[in-house]
Amino acid sequence: MSVIYVLLAISITVAVAFFAAFVLSVKSGQYDDTYTPSVRMLFEDEVVKDEKKSTKNNQKSNKNSTNQ
Amino acid sequence: MADSTCYHCGDECGKNGVRFDDKDFCCNGCKTVYEIFTSNGLSTYYEIEAKAGTTPSEIRKKYDFLDNQEIVERLVEFNEEGVQVVSLSIPTIHCSSCIWVLENLNRLHPAVTVSQVDFPKKTIRVTYKTQDFSLKALVLLLGSIGYEPYISLEEYNKKGNKVDRSLIYKLGVAGFAFGNVMLFSFPEYFEVEEFWLEQYKVVFRWLMFAFSLPVVFYAGQDYFISAYKGIRSKLLNIDVPIALGILTLFVRSTVDIVLDLGSGFFDSLTGLVFFLLLGKFFQQRTYAYLSFERDYKSYFPIAVTRLKKNGEEENVQIYNIDVGDRILIRSHEIIPVDSILIKGTAEIDYSFVTGESEAVFRESGEKLFAGGKQLGDVLEVEVLKTVSQSYLTQLWGNSVFSKDKVSHFQSLTDSIGKRFTIAVLTIATLATIYWLVYDSSMALNVFTSVLIIACPCAIALAAPFTLGNMLRIFGKHKFYLKNSNVIERLSKIDTAIFDKTGTLTTNQKDAIYYEGMELTAQETALLKTTLRASNHPLSRSLYHILKSNEIMTLDEFQEHTGKGIEGRVKQHTIKVGSAAYVGKEQSNSLTSTVVYVSADEDVKGRFVFKNTYRDGIGDIFEELGKDYALGILSGDNDGERGQLQKVLPEKTAMLFNQRPEDKLDYIQELQKEHRVLMVGDGLNDAGALAQSDVGVAVSENINVFSPACDAILDASKLTLLPDFIRLSKKSVQIIKMSFLLSLCYNIIGLYFAVTGQLQPVIAAILMPLSSISIVVFTTVATNFFGKKLKK
Repeated sequence: MSVIYVLLAISITVAVAFFAAFVLSVKSGQYDDTYTPSVRMLFEDEVVKDEKKSTKNNQKSNKNSTNQ
Repeated sequence: MADSTCYHCGDECGKNGVRFDDKDFCCNGCKTVYEIFTSNGLSTYYEIEAKAGTTPSEIRKKYDFLDNQEIVERLVEFNEEGVQVVSLSIPTIHCSSCIWVLENLNRLHPAVTVSQVDFPKKTIRVTYKTQDFSLKALVLLLGSIGYEPYISLEEYNKKGNKVDRSLIYKLGVAGFAFGNVMLFSFPEYFEVEEFWLEQYKVVFRWLMFAFSLPVVFYAGQDYFISAYKGIRSKLLNIDVPIALGILTLFVRSTVDIVLDLGSGFFDSLTGLVFFLLLGKFFQQRTYAYLSFERDYKSYFPIAVTRLKKNGEEENVQIYNIDVGDRILIRSHEIIPVDSILIKGTAEIDYSFVTGESEAVFRESGEKLFAGGKQLGDVLEVEVLKTVSQSYLTQLWGNSVFSKDKVSHFQSLTDSIGKRFTIAVLTIATLATIYWLVYDSSMALNVFTSVLIIACPCAIALAAPFTLGNMLRIFGKHKFYLKNSNVIERLSKIDTAIFDKTGTLTTNQKDAIYYEGMELTAQETALLKTTLRASNHPLSRSLYHILKSNEIMTLDEFQEHTGKGIEGRVKQHTIKVGSAAYVGKEQSNSLTSTVVYVSADEDVKGRFVFKNTYRDGIGDIFEELGKDYALGILSGDNDGERGQLQKVLPEKTAMLFNQRPEDKLDYIQELQKEHRVLMVGDGLNDAGALAQSDVGVAVSENINVFSPACDAILDASKLTLLPDFIRLSKKSVQIIKMSFLLSLCYNIIGLYFAVTGQLQPVIAAILMPLSSISIVVFTTVATNFFGKKLKK
C-alpha cells in the first residue's frame, strides 16, 4: 500500500507545477490587462493588401518631409 | 449634405464639410486621417466600428521638446542599440477600432516593430527602431491619425512604475492551499474507522500542515502586520481578532497533530485566509485609466522654449528655468511660471485654474500667472518665479496634500472590530473559567475553540463586498470613486460646498442674447461671415447661434488680437469686439461678457454672454437643502449673486472672490463642527478638495481633466448627486445588516465552542457558509438599491 506515497508525490508535483505556471503567468503580466486580449483575438489579418507598396512609399516620403 | 455625419468621427458635417471619395467628412483633419488609413490598407478601421475616429488637432511645434535627448531618455522605458520602447497615454482610445489601428502602427511606419494597447489603462506600448525615426516622429504620427498622446510633467517625474501584484500571488497561494487541504482532510470528516486511513492519516496531517505554512506566513501576513500596527497605536481594528483567529487556528491545529488529538483546523484556516483575500481583491478594483492624484504636474508641459541672450531658441526642462529668463509661450501652450509679459498680446484661458472658460486679455508689462493657456499668438515673457514658487503651484506645498484621508477615518468595520474583540475575549475568558472549575482538561480546548469560531470572517467580508459592488454601480453611472472608503465617508457628510464656475455652470453652452437695434439680414450675413474667419472662442459660440445661411466672400478681414475683428464686403464693414474697439463708451457691466457690434462705423448693439447653469441645479440644491447645510465658494466676483439667489435655497452661504487658499481655509474652519463634501472642478479647488472629507471633482471630460480628489463625477450626472449620497447611506445600512447576520452565525458557532463540542468539520462547514451567505446578501441588496438609480 506504499503506492500511496508515490501517488501523493505525483499529485503534489502536478499541483505544484500548475501553481508555478500560475505564478509565472502573473509575473509575465498576463493579468495586468484582462480586457484588451479579448478584443484582440477577434481581429483577423484584415489589412487590405492591394496597391499597398506604391502608396506606402508615398506615405513614407510624406512622413519624412513633415517630420523634419 | 445638410444632415450628413462625418465618415471618420461621426460629428455633424455642417457647412464646412468636405466631400472625398464619396464620403462626407466634417473637416480636412478627418479627411486626412481617412486618406492615411485607406492608402495604407487600414480601411478596416471603419468596418470594426463605424465612425470611430477622432479629429486630429494641430500639434506641430508643441512637441519640439522631444528633440532634447535628455527628456526623451526620461520618457522611454528602454533605450539601447537603436531600439526604444515607450509607453504613452492616449486618452482618446475608446473602442475596438482604436485598438486595431494602433496595434497596426507598423503599417504606417516601418520603424515601428511592436505596438500593444492596454485598453483599460488607455495606454500604448511601442517598440521602434531609432534609425530614421524618433519619439517625436512617433508622437507626431499618432497625432496625425487623431491619437495624440498625453505627455506631461508627471510622466517626466515618474520613476519606474512597478505594478504591485502581491495580492494576486497571495490569493493564488491561499486558493491553491485551500483546495489541496480540503482534499486531504476530506477522509477525516466522516471518521470512518478504516484501517488504511488510520495508517496514513499522519502523512495527510503533516501534508496539510506543510500547505498551511505559506498561507499563514505569506498570504496572511498583512493581517498580522495590520493588527500589530493597530495595537501599537492603541486601536483595536478588525484585523486584531482576525490575526488572533489565524494564529489560534494554526497553533491549535499544530498541537493537535503533534499530540495526535485530531486532524486540526487547517481546512478552515486556509479557507478563512482565502475568503478574506477574495474580499480584498474584490474591493481593490479601481479605474486604471483615471488618476485621482493629479496635481499641477499633470497639466504643465515638460519643457519650454527659452531665448538665449543672443536670440537663439533652446528647449529647456521647466525645472531648469530661473528667475529672469526669457521664455516663449506659443499658441495653446500653458504658462508654467509666474511671469511678466514682454512682447505680444496675451489672451489667456485660465480654465485649468479657475474653471472659467472666458479668456482674459493682458498687455505687455502685466503679470501672468502660471497655469493659464495662451490662445493667441506667440508671447515673450520674463520669468518672475520658478515653477515650484509660483502662485498656483505653491498651493501644493500645503500639508493637506500629503495627508492620507483613509488612515484618519475610522471605518464602520473597525469600530465594530473593537467591540467585537472585547466581546470575544470576554466570552473566551468566562468560558475558560467555567471549564477550569468544571473540567479543567477541556479549558484550553474551549478557549481556542471560541477564538477560532468567533474569527470575524463574515464581518470582515461585509464591507468589501457591499462597498466594492456599490463602487461598480456608481461607476456605471459615471461616478468614479478613488476607493471604497469614500462611500463610507460620503454617508457621513452633513455639509455640501460647491464651487460655482465650471461646477454649477457649464463651459459648453453660453446663453447669448442680443440687445440693441435689430440687424438687417445682410448685416447678419456679413457678421456671420466675419465671425467664421475668427478662431476666438466667443466668435465660435456667436457664429453657431446666428441664423443666416448666406455665406459671402470677404474682401477684407482683420483680427486685432485683444480687441476685435473687422470684415468688409464691398462698401459695408462690420466690426465686432470690445466697446472701445467699435467706438462705444465702456459701460459698467462687469458681471457678464459683452461683445459689441457696429456696422459701417455705426454702433448697433451688443451680444451678452451669460454663464448658464447646468440643468437641474435648482433641484439638486432643493433636495440637498433638506438634510444638508449648503454653500457656494467662488473665485469670481459676486456679479452672479442675484441670479444664484433665485435658483438656490435661501440659507445657502455664498462667498465670492475666494483665492485657492481661502477656499481651503474655509473648509478647514467648517470641519471643526461639520463633515464637509466639496464639489469643485478646477485646480483652484484642489486645496479645498483635498481638505474636505469627500472631494468630488466634476468633469466634462473624464479622461482629460480633474484635480486631485476622492471621486470624479461626469458633469452630465451632477443631478444624481443626491441619489449617490442616499445610496452611500443605504450601503452603510446594508453593512450593518450583514453584521447582524454574521453575528447569528457566530452565536451558533459559539454554542458549539463554549460547550466544548467544536469538531473540525463543524468549523469547516460554518465558516464558508457564513462567508458565502454574507457575500450573496450584500450583492443582492446593493443591486436592489442600485436598480432604483436608473430613472
